[in-house]
Amino acid sequence: MSGISREEVANLARLARIEMSENELDHLSGEMQVILGAVARVQEVAGADVSPTSHPIPVNNVVREDVVAPSLTPSEALSGAPASAEQRFKVPQILGEE
Amino acid sequence: MSIRRNASEMSAALANKEISAVELANQHYAQIEAVDKDVHAFLHLDKDGALAQAQEVDKKRAAGEKLSPLAGVPLALKDVLVQKGVPTTCGSKMLEGWRPPYDATVVTKLKDAGVVILGKTNMDEFAMGSSTENSAYGPTHNPWDLSRIPGGSGGGSSAALAAFEAPLAIGTDTGGSIRQPASVTGTVGVKPTYGGVSRYGLVAFSSSLDQAGPCARTVLDTALLHQTIAGFDPKDSTSINHAVPDVVAAAKKKDVKGLRIGIVKQLAGEGYQKGVENKFNEAVAELVKLGAEIVEVSCPNFEYALAAYYLIAPSECSSNLARFDSMRFGLRVGDDGAKSAEEVMNLTRQVGFGREVKRRIILGTYALSSGYYDAYYGSAQKVRTLIKQDFDAAFEKCDVLVSPTAPTTAFKIGEKSDDPLAMYLNDIATIPVNMAGIGGMSLPCGLAEEDNLPVGFQIMAPAMKDDRMYLVGGALEAALLDKWGKPLLDFAPKLAGSK
Repeated sequence: MSGISREEVANLARLARIEMSENELDHLSGEMQVILGAVARVQEVAGADVSPTSHPIPVNNVVREDVVAPSLTPSEALSGAPASAEQRFKVPQILGEE
Repeated sequence: MSIRRNASEMSAALANKEISAVELANQHYAQIEAVDKDVHAFLHLDKDGALAQAQEVDKKRAAGEKLSPLAGVPLALKDVLVQKGVPTTCGSKMLEGWRPPYDATVVTKLKDAGVVILGKTNMDEFAMGSSTENSAYGPTHNPWDLSRIPGGSGGGSSAALAAFEAPLAIGTDTGGSIRQPASVTGTVGVKPTYGGVSRYGLVAFSSSLDQAGPCARTVLDTALLHQTIAGFDPKDSTSINHAVPDVVAAAKKKDVKGLRIGIVKQLAGEGYQKGVENKFNEAVAELVKLGAEIVEVSCPNFEYALAAYYLIAPSECSSNLARFDSMRFGLRVGDDGAKSAEEVMNLTRQVGFGREVKRRIILGTYALSSGYYDAYYGSAQKVRTLIKQDFDAAFEKCDVLVSPTAPTTAFKIGEKSDDPLAMYLNDIATIPVNMAGIGGMSLPCGLAEEDNLPVGFQIMAPAMKDDRMYLVGGALEAALLDKWGKPLLDFAPKLAGSK
């Protein structure tokens, strides 16, 4: 159950949008084996009758009045942008040529 | 005015005009100047902002305005909370040089109370770690022994307190990041009930576990800070709309007669250092002398807490850290006009994230992927239910639970940095609290005989009953102070150049 291949780790890195060198993949694959081996024991304890907890203190949908309040100016919102143009975030191309 | 005084004493001295807020801030900057080259508690100092705030407080005081108890008292802020215009890095290269355009609610509350924020403190990258070694800007050193870790992730905040660089600090606690650093530095730290302090402006690691909280050198100072930052915030949808318990009154009460204190059987034994267990037991004996009743309780599912935590926290982190995509803020790498947004994103995240962060993102991505979700993330959430049930059953028999905060005293820098599992074991006693969303405090209970390093005593209270931690903590602290004859930090070796 806790076996994870180098290829799987490479695929996870792709899904997580993290470029990884061969060296990093080697290292991480080994560590993932060990960590997964240790955390897999969560499967030993809880049966089908136990309901999962996603949140420690139960909360319901929280709503508020929709009122206009001061917010960031465009220049404030763009102040941390790596690149911007015409009051917009400037990003590398998102669609291919074809 | 000595910088070794407590925040409440500084507050009194400010009120009596024995010292001005500007002078007090400058004294602390002088101490930082003298010792922080060795301790490295701070990533950034905001001298201009702090002195302007101090001046403002002095002006108001001179004009006879009514001020909050902490007005003019300096504070060190963990670099995971955003402060408008002040660099906020979360200990990561990903956010190097980023200046947030808004204040976290905690920061707004501190500013409104006249607290003087000296600067931002070092931490494990995005709060992932137990030693502050995972900071992209180098480790923080424990003022008790500079070759040792100050705990983590909030090691900068705990070290700043122990090195007398600030009398107050803010930490955040996802699996013990306030309490374990407090434990290994001989300081006090509290993780409030989940939702007790707003998470607005706290850079998210694991949203269902993260909680900001107060840190100081005494229980009363911690309570004063708790009262200042806690309370309902409409900007945080998980904030609890409930009156903040009177933690300050509880800290002052010093009466535990008849209180039922539960010792958790599972948080002892194998893996716990002998000196840690001894100091813990001696502190329990003090509580008995004060009239508390001791109950042994069993929480059998705590055994699985660590494993469940290292699935839930990475799962939530893999989702939360997706925001660091190099598009709107933070680092961008490889944007040469030829590469696609996705390629730039991949390269940025390779360079911007450190090893531990990558490890957790990959682990979380795995635990959430189809085919593994039920076995890992789903099972971990069920364990979370069982842990909550263990706490509920325990709190039927007692008013608070106690344990050592961490299984060992501060270890050497580098000792565990190549062994993630050994590092994770540090959090074995603190994690159950986060899983259940309840409150937890760590306060110093002595020095372990093997190494003369501080040991932390953990007090856990039911959700929304945070005052009980302060009640027990205040009483125990007073009894121990009597026994020692001076505060524990007075036993620490003097740092070179310290004022």
